[in-house]
Amino acid sequence: MKKTLTAIALALATAGPAMADLVVPNLSYRTGPFAAGGIPYADGFNDYFTLLNERDGGIGGEKVATPECETAYNTEKGVECYEATKGEGALVYNPLSTGITYQLIPKVTADGIPLYTPGYGRTSAANGKVFGNVFNYPANYWDGASVAIKYLLDENGGDLNGKKVALLYHNSAYGKEPIRTLQELSKKHGFELTEIPVDSPGQEQKSQWLQIRRDKPDYVLFWGWGVMNAVAIQEAANIRFPMDHFIGVWWSGSENDVLPAGDGANGYKSLAMHGTGMDYPVYDELKQYVYDAGKASGAGDQIGSVLYSRGMYAALVISEAIRKAQDLAGHAAITPSELRDGFEALEITQERMVELGLPNFGQAFAASCEDHGGPGMAMIQQWDASTKKWNLITDFIAPDDEVLVPLVMEDSAAFAAENNIAERCN
Amino acid sequence: MFYREAGDFKTSYVEDSQTFPIRFDRWRYYAVVILAVAVVPFFINDYWANAVFVPFLIYAIAAIGLNILTGYCGQVSLGTGGFMAVGAYACYKLMTAFPDVSILIHVLLAGGITAGVGVLFGLPSLRIKGFYLAVATLAAQFFLVWLFNKVPWFYNYSASGQISAPERSVLGVAVTGASATASAKYLFCLAILFVLAWLARNLTRGTVGRKWMAIRDMDIAAEIIGVNPLTTKLSAFAVSSFFVGVAGALFFSVYLGAVEVGEAFGIQKSFLILFMIIIGGLGSIFGSFAGAAFLVLLPVLLKNVLVGQLGWATDLAAHVELMIVGALIVVFLIAEPHGMAQLWRLAKEKLRLWPFPH
Repeated sequence: MKKTLTAIALALATAGPAMADLVVPNLSYRTGPFAAGGIPYADGFNDYFTLLNERDGGIGGEKVATPECETAYNTEKGVECYEATKGEGALVYNPLSTGITYQLIPKVTADGIPLYTPGYGRTSAANGKVFGNVFNYPANYWDGASVAIKYLLDENGGDLNGKKVALLYHNSAYGKEPIRTLQELSKKHGFELTEIPVDSPGQEQKSQWLQIRRDKPDYVLFWGWGVMNAVAIQEAANIRFPMDHFIGVWWSGSENDVLPAGDGANGYKSLAMHGTGMDYPVYDELKQYVYDAGKASGAGDQIGSVLYSRGMYAALVISEAIRKAQDLAGHAAITPSELRDGFEALEITQERMVELGLPNFGQAFAASCEDHGGPGMAMIQQWDASTKKWNLITDFIAPDDEVLVPLVMEDSAAFAAENNIAERCN
Repeated sequence: MFYREAGDFKTSYVEDSQTFPIRFDRWRYYAVVILAVAVVPFFINDYWANAVFVPFLIYAIAAIGLNILTGYCGQVSLGTGGFMAVGAYACYKLMTAFPDVSILIHVLLAGGITAGVGVLFGLPSLRIKGFYLAVATLAAQFFLVWLFNKVPWFYNYSASGQISAPERSVLGVAVTGASATASAKYLFCLAILFVLAWLARNLTRGTVGRKWMAIRDMDIAAEIIGVNPLTTKLSAFAVSSFFVGVAGALFFSVYLGAVEVGEAFGIQKSFLILFMIIIGGLGSIFGSFAGAAFLVLLPVLLKNVLVGQLGWATDLAAHVELMIVGALIVVFLIAEPHGMAQLWRLAKEKLRLWPFPH
């Protein structure tokens, strides 16, 4: 009995691989109803760091380790993963889950570890005055909602008066995020907003689409994730909803979401905060150092997909922040708080993106003490079912900061008041 | 040899009716309590607290609560997740409305509010039984989750519908929020569990518990010998919901810190806690602990062995972990349908005779 107990205690205590110099934990999910999104993202994330390790010997001479921890998009497992990887000297977290992000915000703030949530998480974390350790550039949910409405304005000659817009959303923190922005925008532009929730995981959406069929909204905006995306697109095809009037957020616009519906998905649109596909020079190097060397993460079948590109983009921004932090600190083995300063001082220009082998892949941005949110621009992409490709149909569209800035200030002020946080950067 | 009644003379009624009549058991119990209170807090770190001990302690409270209702009083409930949500949201509203009051009071009040809600949803149990009652409590589960999603007042109109626990303290020591130390969280949950388990143990072997068990064993016979089914069933619902509500409040405020109702308190939570008491043993306080330990610790253990020690891919490990836990549940229930508590009882019987079984 005692022996087994000691063995159990030992096994419980020793988690994760050996210590490396720069630890960037990958809290991924390769199981559960959201695995379709989690797998490509995690693969892209790992592969980019593998490239840096293999090609350059790491960053500034320090190898990067990405110990993976399975969260299954579940907050309890997320906590376990956070605590398990924290002990290994984690430098930054990127949990790819809005729910886990909400949980980690107070924890990382207390532990002094930066949290990087590109395109997800708590929108008002864009206000660096309140959220010192959280960064969500280059774009967040509210930017996305605003860009989608701006695009619709363009489509309708600048006038959405009397139009009906439905928001179909995952009934969770993630799906509810854009509601407040859309309500403000509907007041400003005079369109009528209907909110239609879908309970997680969203495999059953018949009643929601029945409602859409009855109400006949002019446009459906879509905040879905995981298995819910493919189901919604299939249902839209079933009721013959005009696909080009159906616009998803960037988390609802991957190949996995549209392929199951076949030709029915043709014309579906989604937001895009970066480019996709394999027409970038970086893929030549990835092929040479990672894929052909047999070091690709996972099954290696996700390369070049939308979410793979996003995982890679997140890894790229983190690696650039590490580089910046090394410059600032003057040594290569940085601490989490030095990396935090690196994130805050980070500037990514188009020239830098060209150097990194990803020209015109993402927008240029510069962070500052106050601004952790970036410019928030996004493009619109449209699915072509015959060639099975996403085509970008607009250039980067800027969000409506006139509406967003007061909302961010209001929400972050509420958080600061609840948690007694004094404003920084003054 | 050591585990026997012989030689342990009882000279008063109090001694005769104590929980652990055998000396060896008593010492073991004291040793566990001393270990838990005086040794563990000095060695606990964030990982052990947040991934192992705090969830175990909280699930143990919830399992004891459900065991009172299902194990002792025989009323099947699938609404545990919903009642935990009531506890969590009540605690959140109280924490934000009265920031200066001790969190202990909020947690207990949250339990009280849940007890009220539990009694309300327990009313149908006077008319319907068994599977039909399970369906009625299932309705409570879905209704409560829907309610906390739908009405923004419950989450203070936050943009995302999440509730987040601000920092609150007991006697000046922070137990919620990010700056709470591992040992503070652990001791807070441990103290509440200790008191509640004590209470449950003494309730179940007194008049109240005997009435519950009478109703469980045969409600008509119980009624004939003078047990009032109305008060008995409703008291079981009230006490059970109090425990579950306290567990929900701790789950939100101390353990997770931020909660989203559908994800944290969905139907799978109801089933998880029901599995805990079935595997642990219906109608047994020890069984609640054993079941909670089994279902909280085993997945963490397996994950650390498979990924940490053997270096498997995380997705493969996650799938294998599900299979192993599922297989073990089946094996356990085939080997001992009355749960781990019954195994423990049998082990004790054998120990009494050891080393001379004949």
